[in-house]
Amino acid sequence: MLEIKNLHVKLEEEDKIILKGVNLSIGAGQVHAIMGPNGSGKSTLSYVLAGREGYAVTEGSALLEGTELLEMEPEERAAVGLFLAFQYPVEIPGVGNMTFLRTAVNAQRKARGEDEMSAGDFLKVVRAKAKALQIDAEMMKRPVNVGFSGGEKKRNEILQMAMLEPKMCVLDETDSGLDVDAMKLVADGVNALRGAGRSFLVITHYQRLLDHIAPDVVHIMADGRIVKSGGPELALEVENNGYAGILAEVE
Amino acid sequence: MAAPQAKLDALAARIAGLSFPVAGWLGAARADALDRLAAMGLPGKRDEYWRYTDPAALTGAVPLAAALFDESDEAVAFSGIDRVKLVFVNGVFDTAQSDDPALAGVEIEHLADAGAADIHWAREVYGVLETRGQTPVQRPLATLATAFATGGLLIRATGKAAKPVSLIYLQGSDTSDVILHHCIKVESGAELTLLENGNAAARLTMVMEVEVAAGGRFHHIRAQGRAHQRHAATHVFARLGAKALFKSFTVTANGALTRNDAVIELVGDDAVAHVAGAAVGDGAFHHDDTVFVTHQGLRCESRQVFKKVLKNGATGVFQGKILVKKGAQKTDGYQISQALLLDDDSQFLAKPELEIYADDVKCSHGSTSGAIDDTALFYLRSRGVPEKAAQSLLVLAFLAEAMAEIDDADIAEDIRARLESWLARHEH
Repeated sequence: MLEIKNLHVKLEEEDKIILKGVNLSIGAGQVHAIMGPNGSGKSTLSYVLAGREGYAVTEGSALLEGTELLEMEPEERAAVGLFLAFQYPVEIPGVGNMTFLRTAVNAQRKARGEDEMSAGDFLKVVRAKAKALQIDAEMMKRPVNVGFSGGEKKRNEILQMAMLEPKMCVLDETDSGLDVDAMKLVADGVNALRGAGRSFLVITHYQRLLDHIAPDVVHIMADGRIVKSGGPELALEVENNGYAGILAEVE
Repeated sequence: MAAPQAKLDALAARIAGLSFPVAGWLGAARADALDRLAAMGLPGKRDEYWRYTDPAALTGAVPLAAALFDESDEAVAFSGIDRVKLVFVNGVFDTAQSDDPALAGVEIEHLADAGAADIHWAREVYGVLETRGQTPVQRPLATLATAFATGGLLIRATGKAAKPVSLIYLQGSDTSDVILHHCIKVESGAELTLLENGNAAARLTMVMEVEVAAGGRFHHIRAQGRAHQRHAATHVFARLGAKALFKSFTVTANGALTRNDAVIELVGDDAVAHVAGAAVGDGAFHHDDTVFVTHQGLRCESRQVFKKVLKNGATGVFQGKILVKKGAQKTDGYQISQALLLDDDSQFLAKPELEIYADDVKCSHGSTSGAIDDTALFYLRSRGVPEKAAQSLLVLAFLAEAMAEIDDADIAEDIRARLESWLARHEH
């Protein structure tokens, strides 16, 4: 599904190199987790995949089902099936949550040459999906993420993911700022979307989230590279020994 | 204090060739205005309230030419709204293009017809509110309109108007110089919605005086003309009785120079006055909202909400004041003026003012100018919304607080669609 090869990235404005040759291959239907200490480049990887400005790719590629993502505009990447759940979902005063979702769904459909979803169909689908995530009608009417609690913002991200039905979902520290109940709710939302045609890259500091979203593969990232990969047991090792132990072992 | 000679010379040049009928109460009101005008002269760019807007094009002896503008690329404003249409061409009422002015709950007369009568309600309004509005800030262009208006309507609502009254101003020539003066009275318990749209003239000078009696409700929605080269100086003077409601919203897209003055007095207790505007300009665009709200009654509420979207060197100006008089306790005054600058060439100049002589009031004001939020833009794009569409969505979101001041959903949608199509035309 997603094939990242030798990805090198620096900040556009300064000579700071953040990613120093990332290689990652995620098969269709797989869930991969990336763990790593602060500053290892995990969030940068997610932003670079989504096309955020401010980063310069100096080498390497990222293919989604064989299509090069790195040369596309952010909206084009979304249309071919990439989705980034933000660590800090953005508040947009003045744009209703429902309007935002419908605009996004229809923009992607249009980009793929599909018919727009009728208002009636859209409402039906969004109501069912919102209900599963315990997002009430009031939240749908409010401006995007404005006045939402941390948990509500993250659930709103998952609702967008559910509506947009991407192929490749990148979750950037979706567990940050969530209590145990909220994490469970978000994880259930993610698990409901798991399937043969959809892959996940879950970025997290903690093993906790991976109790709920069971990964197939766990990667440890440090200093802009993936330094170790393994099964779910690798996450437990991090939890027990910390990153320091693993990094020392790698060196 | 006598006005400087330059201002008097400008006045003499401006009114050379203008005259007015002297008969009746209207003639007397015009003569009084001319006397007042002779003492003031015309505004100059050194005047405190003209520091950000050079009045030269508004005060010159002849107007700058403004090419006629073809608006056929979109539906004319309010065309989907059921209303009584009253059409002016170059400031002259056009009976043939207008609807029958008969409307339940509303009396509509022409200034010229009513001015000679001995007794008329408009005697208590015409030039009266304008005169009150000259203190503490002089507004000579309004006085000019009181003296020399060539057309205008006297509209009195005695009940709930069955539909909006819609004033349409068509520009008939590229050098037209039009002066209009309307008076509105909303009687106690009555309700009226007034719509205005059109380019009117190469240069428009106008006044609308609005008296809202106790418990009366007045809604004003205006779509100013899209002609790029037009110049306009408009004034709304309003006086509100107890529990009266006054709401005025203006959308301005294009125009070389627009100065909109709003002068509002909340005289009775528990009155509510909201004045709002959304202005979008690209290039040679100078837009000035100058607002003065005076609180005199108890527990009155006022809101000023002005938003401007500026690009390619466009200029926005906001001068807004809330004056709370002694004894106007429990006043709730709010003022916000914001500009979204879409590039580094555009500018927004704001002068928010509060002057408060009562000790138990709530007043707030804020003024900001900023660019499109890059983070929000990326967020929208990451969800698949193309860049230009995302930008338009954010611009409309920026304007939303002003748009929310329009109560009627159909009219609000009409305005929103106009802004949206303007944004689509000015994406690059």
